[in-house]
Amino acid sequence: MNRTDMQNQLNQLIAASRRRTFLRQSSAGIGVGVLAALFGNQSDAAASGANAGGTADADRWQGIVQPLHFPVKAKRVIHLCMAGGPSHLETLDYKPKLAEMDGKPIPESFTKGKPIAQLQNAKELKCLGPQHPFEKYGQSGQQICSLFPNIGSIADDICIVNSLQTQAINHDPAHTFMNTGSSIPGRPSMGSWINYGLGCETDDLPGYVVLTSLGRFGQAQPIAARQWHSGFLPSRFQGVEFRSTGDAVLYVKNPAGINRSQQKQVVDSINQLNRLEADLTLDPEIATRIGAYETAFRMQNSVPELMDMSQEPQHVLDMYGTKGADGSFSANCLLARRLVERGVRFVQLYHRAWDHHGGVKKAMEGTAGEVDQGAAALIKDLKQRDMLKDTLVIWGGEFGRTPMAQGSGRDHHIRGFSCWMAGGGIKGGITHGATDELGYEAVEDIFHVHDFHATLLHLMGVDHTKLTFKFQGRNYRLTDVAGHVVDKILA
Amino acid sequence: MRMLTAALIVTIVSFAGSIDRTDAQETPGKENAGQEVDFNRDVRPILSDACFTCHGPDSGHREADLRLDQQDGLFRSLDGTTVVDPASPQNSELLKRIMSHDADVIMPPPGSVRKLTDVEKATIERWIQQGAKWKGHWAYIIAEKPTVPQSESDAAANVIDRFVSKGLSTRQLAPLGSADPATLVRRLCFDLTGLPPTPQQVASFTAAPTQENWQLLIEELLASQRYAERMTAFWLDLVRYADTNGIHGDNHREVWMYRDWVIDAFHRNMPFDQFTVEQLAGDLLPDATDSQKIASGYNRLLMTTREGGAQAKEYLAKYSADRVRNASTVWLGASMGCCECHDHKFDPYSIQDFYQFAAFFADIQDVPVGVQPSVKMPSPEQKQQLSELDGKLAELQKRLDTQTPELDAALETWASELHERSQKMQGAWHVPKVVDMKSSGSQTMKLQKNGAVITSGDNPKHDTYRLSIAPPAGPVTAIRLETLANNKFARKSLSRPPGNGNFVLSQVNVFHVVDADKTQHAVAIKDAVASYEQPSWPVANALDGKPDTGWAVDGHNDPLKQPVAAFRFVEAVNLAEGDRLIVELQQTSVDFHNIGQFRLATTQLDSPELNDTSLGVPAELLASISAWPNLPDGDREKLAAHFRTVTPALEDVRQQHASTTKARAKLDGQIPETLITRTQPPREIRVLARGDWMDDSGTLVEPAVPHFMTQLATKQRASRLELANWLVADTNPVVARVFVNRLWQMMFGRGIVKSADDFGSQGSWPTHPELLDWLSVEFRESGWNVQHIIKLIASSDTYRRSSVATPELMEADPFNNWLARQSRFRLDAEFIRDNALAVSGLLVEKVGGKSVKPYQPAGYWDHLNFPKRTWQADSGDDQYRRGLYTYWCRTFLHPAMRSFDAPSREECAVDRPRSNNSLQALVLLNDPSFVEAARNLATLALQSGGETADQRIEFLYQRCLSRAPRENEVAVLKQLLADQAKQFQAAPEQMDQFLSVGQSVPTSEFDKTDVAAWTAVSRVILNLHEVITRS
Repeated sequence: MNRTDMQNQLNQLIAASRRRTFLRQSSAGIGVGVLAALFGNQSDAAASGANAGGTADADRWQGIVQPLHFPVKAKRVIHLCMAGGPSHLETLDYKPKLAEMDGKPIPESFTKGKPIAQLQNAKELKCLGPQHPFEKYGQSGQQICSLFPNIGSIADDICIVNSLQTQAINHDPAHTFMNTGSSIPGRPSMGSWINYGLGCETDDLPGYVVLTSLGRFGQAQPIAARQWHSGFLPSRFQGVEFRSTGDAVLYVKNPAGINRSQQKQVVDSINQLNRLEADLTLDPEIATRIGAYETAFRMQNSVPELMDMSQEPQHVLDMYGTKGADGSFSANCLLARRLVERGVRFVQLYHRAWDHHGGVKKAMEGTAGEVDQGAAALIKDLKQRDMLKDTLVIWGGEFGRTPMAQGSGRDHHIRGFSCWMAGGGIKGGITHGATDELGYEAVEDIFHVHDFHATLLHLMGVDHTKLTFKFQGRNYRLTDVAGHVVDKILA
Repeated sequence: MRMLTAALIVTIVSFAGSIDRTDAQETPGKENAGQEVDFNRDVRPILSDACFTCHGPDSGHREADLRLDQQDGLFRSLDGTTVVDPASPQNSELLKRIMSHDADVIMPPPGSVRKLTDVEKATIERWIQQGAKWKGHWAYIIAEKPTVPQSESDAAANVIDRFVSKGLSTRQLAPLGSADPATLVRRLCFDLTGLPPTPQQVASFTAAPTQENWQLLIEELLASQRYAERMTAFWLDLVRYADTNGIHGDNHREVWMYRDWVIDAFHRNMPFDQFTVEQLAGDLLPDATDSQKIASGYNRLLMTTREGGAQAKEYLAKYSADRVRNASTVWLGASMGCCECHDHKFDPYSIQDFYQFAAFFADIQDVPVGVQPSVKMPSPEQKQQLSELDGKLAELQKRLDTQTPELDAALETWASELHERSQKMQGAWHVPKVVDMKSSGSQTMKLQKNGAVITSGDNPKHDTYRLSIAPPAGPVTAIRLETLANNKFARKSLSRPPGNGNFVLSQVNVFHVVDADKTQHAVAIKDAVASYEQPSWPVANALDGKPDTGWAVDGHNDPLKQPVAAFRFVEAVNLAEGDRLIVELQQTSVDFHNIGQFRLATTQLDSPELNDTSLGVPAELLASISAWPNLPDGDREKLAAHFRTVTPALEDVRQQHASTTKARAKLDGQIPETLITRTQPPREIRVLARGDWMDDSGTLVEPAVPHFMTQLATKQRASRLELANWLVADTNPVVARVFVNRLWQMMFGRGIVKSADDFGSQGSWPTHPELLDWLSVEFRESGWNVQHIIKLIASSDTYRRSSVATPELMEADPFNNWLARQSRFRLDAEFIRDNALAVSGLLVEKVGGKSVKPYQPAGYWDHLNFPKRTWQADSGDDQYRRGLYTYWCRTFLHPAMRSFDAPSREECAVDRPRSNNSLQALVLLNDPSFVEAARNLATLALQSGGETADQRIEFLYQRCLSRAPRENEVAVLKQLLADQAKQFQAAPEQMDQFLSVGQSVPTSEFDKTDVAAWTAVSRVILNLHEVITRS
């Protein structure tokens, strides 16, 4: 055993239980007297969290990175995950040369030895020109596909990245790679890492929330719960899905016929009995359990309040283009703002819509219409609330799409694709990196998914090489053994 | 308070450097300064963590060609520099480097994330000063049975206790006494069966808590199916058993027979070596039994894909790596997965080892991208039944095939009659001229030369055909409808797509059009006959006037049939010259079931046969009928063969044959399928540099075990069977240790080696290395007897100690390394619900079978696609089965189980985390499974818990906690009871809703308010920390 191991032991301890538990367990090492003086004894500590809805910090996780490694630029993240893999060629990467080559075979020099998905059986690979024109937007004159006029209107706030690369070419492993830095399942998702590292800023909601919406114009590729799973980190760091139908959070509703006051009596009784048990057994887990019931009871109130958008003024609803909680992407953008306002650290919106193997022209038109207004409204709304400066917003998919035609569509593509980022510490109005003239291979300022993760953590004040968790003998990181902070896009 | 906390964490983390090894050991740098440094325990972990990355097994990243993971490297002397020199410690380069303050000299070099602490430096220094005794990594040295320490206090003490006592007395720790008998029974039941004890079990042991009774209880539990189920839950995590394939569509697959095999193996206490061999290579055993083949399903439990666009080669590489990761973690406690891309950073496994290990599995048939076919596996009983049915069918068939003298006589009569009829009925039916035809559904109708009408164009949902026909003048007694198949139709049958080949005739109407006055009269139809009628769709339906019934003919099942129907008139219609009949055929019953092609005919006979030409015999026999009785022998035999299929004399036999065939088909449908290992010529396996499946430049490898362990003796290519035998050979140092450690983990909450999934140099040092060795050798010597080891552990005093820590013990041994007390930990996910079902009397204890679906929130599966699915909760018994049987969907594991840390089983899970959070609280409070259990529990309390509230609370406590409630607990619950009763009374409708949660029918024998209020009390109890904790 050694220092790192010790640290990890502490990490796991802290993560697995609340701080009092941790202090108790580690008390041998630092002198129990000091701790007792600071915190009082166990039963007092438990009693301080006694009444449901009482002391707010009873169950709150403070984060393992103390102090943070760098100044904080982004306190929270909203990831607009465009699931299915949007074409970079009809969104953010303007390729006039590809238009010229439309219908012509793509030179083999571009494709030789590169992985390929459904086109593996194609006889000949032909170029498919951009299906929609691009326009220049904003003072910065960023080139954005004309299907996205609203995103165009925030061109000066966003940094377009045109040189992304990833490792996995099928949806499921590609999402897993984008979320966890590995395509082998079992690693924590970035939202889990961030909550583990930075802790939580709310006692009433989970630190990592997932919202989903379904598009009407592409194949609705499935999304696995592993995408927001905490992997080998304790399960309290997993993403919690907030649903637009049924209970917003699984099991958040009282049993049928039970009102809040009855539920409160039940929870209070549980906690009273648990406290009696704690006095007798010195089992530190009981204090944690009491805190968990308090939080759960608060969530039963705070979640419905959060989901109820009836208090949002009409002009805000209009800006997002939603009537309220209708499960649409726009509604989820508004919910995302409400979530981060209430201290949720990481919000992920999946819009399952972008797998355009066929009919990419029409499908892009439809899908762009589903996300353009909501995404732009989110940026504007955060800005007007002075929250954009420390909220990082990311828009992008698990991969891009081929410059080659797959019939009237495009196949999966991992050698070069695009995303945009805005807010917390990001330089707006710039385009970073570039693909080759046909939009095939990222050639300038290659921005690997690992670099994306490193930069993301950096913006949140964390050195990506130092946020580790020991599992199966190894210190795992979100960035595995790679990743560089991309300074050029930092404000 | 909050700020203080943050500050404290910082303090503690910064303290961590000087605390050193709180986890497993006392600190050599401090209190043990005088004790001898043990290389494996004290030094290797430091070198591994701080140095191996650059000076370790990974040849790809080795600096200065120096490796400190091997004896040679550590003691290397080169150009006058000796790395470690016990003869002259101060000249050891290693020491110089780590002690240096010079940035050019110091190791680890400046900029390394990992620094050495002063304590670590001192440890290395003392080790060298003490003579630098080197040992290979402990886990790779074959264990020998160590001498059991002498027991001073109790000569009879269990071996485990003697080892543990030694550790305790060295540290002057006094062990706690035994837990109280009721706690012991609970502990043992949860550990060995995953279920709570019954009140009877508790009562009988607490009445006489003797050593003998303790042993009896252990035996009783080990003999139960509950034990086998509990062990299976543990094993399934390791082998990543699930009901879905895990990737993309995450589709269903059938492999639960493997799960049942595991249950059976634990129930029979199958020796662990056999258990190992049958799973890895059951299919390769000589004369492999079905059971062994089912066991080989282990090799098929990995995640597979069906996603379009996935590349076969990439996925074969993934599957290959997945199998290495799993087998190496399950049996070797090794993280070989690291070597997919490079040599291991800390352990001696090389990238070559990885791919050689993978090559063992290269003979397994996989569908790289697509459905993995499962194989039917009848049980012995089913096999017996099949063989009986097949025997019976053969016998019946023989009777149907044998022409007896009696049958000959009957044939004579039958054939003669037909011959006569054939003579008489020449021309009974006449195909009239069709003068007009219309389709109300806009189909194109075309008349063909033979008088048949064929449809084309879009096939509408419904249609009415209206044909005007012109039979010759004279009487018409009936019309006949022949339906005709066509190659272009659906299934080459009777209707066109999107129909399915079948048709429905909803209604037939006939009208007589009198040419003289142009009037039209409906013709009354008396009855109808048909050559074939689909069950529930008789031809009589075509006369009943109902739009949704009709005549149908199984055209989707049997394309060869061309059924014919005749419709007889009440009285003959006399047609004058120029008169017409209008025949209206309606189809309003089933979408797209319109007749595709047909022909109409009329007759003048009073009792016409359906078909004048066929006479009910196949066309090829018509000539024989005409020629009867002058037939060549061959033709006569053919006719006889047909006769036997229609003669009433054999009707009974035919019916028996039909029902037996049906029974066989039914049985066949019940025979379960499962994934088993089937072999093929081994795939080529290469070393893939950086794990890149597209790189074909690596060397080809053959199967081989890791290079630093005892090698296989075989000359020819080694198989999985040899791998399996190697794992359980005496020469394998790891496997027995790994497994007994997991048994220990099960019964103490953590292993002797805490990192139960990693026995490498980054893993934890065993707290009791000698005990681990002793147990592992004992395990092997007992014939790999799993229950023997469990019994040994359960019989020890160490196992039976109280788990209520004293403040002194908490301080002296906060992590309970030395086992002066037992542990307390939360039950595993499955057992939390099992427990609630058991105490509430809902649990249905049926062993094995298809996985089941308890309640799950609606819409939870919405994100699944290809195909879309909804979770259909089971009803009846299957709703209340143990969690072990819950359908394991990898991408969307049942959310209640997931909240309680059940793994997705995408990868091997050795050590489930035990978290404690608010989502768990929501499950226990609100999941209908627990609410229903609470109601049932309340009902039990009302039924058998006595008359007073105190008695009932006592009853609930005994049932759920195996103890009496304390006074202050009773007070809390009685207050709640009163409060809740008041609230329920005030809202009877809400109360009714509350009482109808779940599928089980609430009892009506008690006052509703009582049931509801006691349900509230039961909810509280089922939510208690103590209820979900094994102590």
